[in-house]
Amino acid sequence: MKNFIIIFLLFSYTLNLFSAEEALKPEQYNFSFSKPLGKINKNSAQRGLQVFIEVCASCHGLKHVAYRSLEELGYNKDQVNSIAAQFQIDDLPNEEGEILKRKAIYSDYFVEPYKNLNEAKTANNGAYPPDLSLMVKARKDGANYVRSLLLGYNEPPSGFDVGEGYYNKYMAGNVIAMPQPLYGDDVEFSDGTKATLEQEVNDLVTFLTWTSMPDLENRRAAGIKVIFFLLVMTILFYISYRKIWSELKT
Amino acid sequence: MANLNKKNKGVIDWIDYRLPIVSFLKHSAVDYPTPKNLNYWWNFGSLAGFFLLVQIITGIILSMHYTAHVDHAFDSIEHIMRNVNHGWLIRYIHMNGASFFFIVVYIHIFRGLYYGSYKAPRELLWWLGILILLLMMATAFMGYVLPWGQMSFWGATVITNLFSAIPFIGESITQWLWGGYSVDNPTLSRFYTLHFLLPFLIVGVVILHIVALHTHGSNNPLGIDKKGPQDTIPFHPFYTIKDLFGLSFVLTIFFTVVFFAPDYLGHPDNYVPADPLKTPAHIVPEWYFLPFYAILRAIPDKLGGVIAMFSAIFVLFLLPWLDTSKVRSATFRPIYKKLFWIFVLDALILGWVGSKPAEGIYIIISRLATLYYFVHFLILLPLLGKFEKNRPLPESIGKPVLAE
Repeated sequence: MKNFIIIFLLFSYTLNLFSAEEALKPEQYNFSFSKPLGKINKNSAQRGLQVFIEVCASCHGLKHVAYRSLEELGYNKDQVNSIAAQFQIDDLPNEEGEILKRKAIYSDYFVEPYKNLNEAKTANNGAYPPDLSLMVKARKDGANYVRSLLLGYNEPPSGFDVGEGYYNKYMAGNVIAMPQPLYGDDVEFSDGTKATLEQEVNDLVTFLTWTSMPDLENRRAAGIKVIFFLLVMTILFYISYRKIWSELKT
Repeated sequence: MANLNKKNKGVIDWIDYRLPIVSFLKHSAVDYPTPKNLNYWWNFGSLAGFFLLVQIITGIILSMHYTAHVDHAFDSIEHIMRNVNHGWLIRYIHMNGASFFFIVVYIHIFRGLYYGSYKAPRELLWWLGILILLLMMATAFMGYVLPWGQMSFWGATVITNLFSAIPFIGESITQWLWGGYSVDNPTLSRFYTLHFLLPFLIVGVVILHIVALHTHGSNNPLGIDKKGPQDTIPFHPFYTIKDLFGLSFVLTIFFTVVFFAPDYLGHPDNYVPADPLKTPAHIVPEWYFLPFYAILRAIPDKLGGVIAMFSAIFVLFLLPWLDTSKVRSATFRPIYKKLFWIFVLDALILGWVGSKPAEGIYIIISRLATLYYFVHFLILLPLLGKFEKNRPLPESIGKPVLAE
């Protein structure tokens, strides 16, 4: 049986050499959450929120995330309300049936940048900017992928036609419709961190990892307890099993 | 148990005299005589039952928060993940529970293949098991459509389109399944209804499976019939504790995946909402369908591929008669033992090649592996029973155990 497994592994390895990769594999980066027990770095995620609001939010939505959940990143309720107040949202119809705008509050979800898909398409050459709530989960090796992509803009090699798009070596097909969004010094961080391109990207990816997996920290913390409990239970069951079966031999 | 106080005993006896549930349980889960030589591969039946229960319980809770409508399904899953108390845990258990249900069931099936558990008098037990597998596949397929992500939509499109390969009436059948002219809202809502219904049918077939099992009792690693009470031990406490140990061990692995790699077995594309205008680069089914997906794609003709895929499962119904050997356990069948492991390897290759794009070398591999799959059942097994010289069988189950 062992031989079969070894043959199978060798076999699948050699065959992998034949498979053509479509785009460059993302560069591996050691985020605060990369290790199995790692956590979301709250300061980094707060800076990432700032990058998102000041740069990304003009085209990208975050529709699954409610402002109230920003408390998990270490803001208090007043701070969350003032973050939400930067956005205008449709109010409920008033007595005359008109829909007026109001400032978003704590309980609202992130306001969408466009009224609908068609408006989003028209404003962006026919390619709508995807919602970013789940982006890190929606791509293979998502955190590294998004980071590599945002750092991966280059001049196209000579003779490479990008059409209306832009060259990016981490994008499948190497052409991306989104122009390079971050260059460094796009924002001024309130905590004094220098806004280099890589710093902005790392912070943004940390924030987007949290929006994709708000459960991450609770999940890992609960996981340690559950696995510890199960290991102890397994050992106890094993001891009981041996004890009960030992009666059989006599 | 003998120390139950008098009053309680009186009540239980009173009930049992009128409705014999207690004596039924005692007969089939406590005293039930079980071969004394079962190894750990016999743990997987009860594990499968456990995961069925997990799926039903978590599924019922999820159904309280899920909305089966193309405009709301994806968002309602995110509502579960973000707003429902411990919703992420319940959903991750349900998602990975499906995978683990298939893992334990596949091991359970391969156990049956190795030890000849499908042979007389257990043919119907085997049939009921394959029926459970088919129902599981239908349930899992429809369940994967419910989050209404890209893979949900395109997986559903590919698989329902298979029915259009049926000559003459294929188109009509496909439209009848869809409830329209493409996979759309009627498809989603009926898949939800059936996804809710089928698990309870599985429970029904599982009960029949257990009734059939208890009629002649478990097979065992030696594959010989039990000769008397010296060959058996009561199910409780010997196998209850062994099953509990096995369950606890598997749960440790299961929850490691649930808590630390919950999306590892899924596909990232399913976190992209379904878009009927955008086809994903590679449409792949969940991992547990990959071997069958490989067989489907190995045949260059659509109808042929569909027939081959369904035959891959239906050939299992014939297995009790295709395997002509009278000896059950591979332990005493030197050639079959080798063929069994080659077959396992073949199934793994099919699963692996099913995850690759259908091009170049992968097509050749999938064709050879598909060919071997059927050669194993239709040619090798019938011939083997005629030519293979089996090793001498032990006289009884009790004997080799005592000799150790």
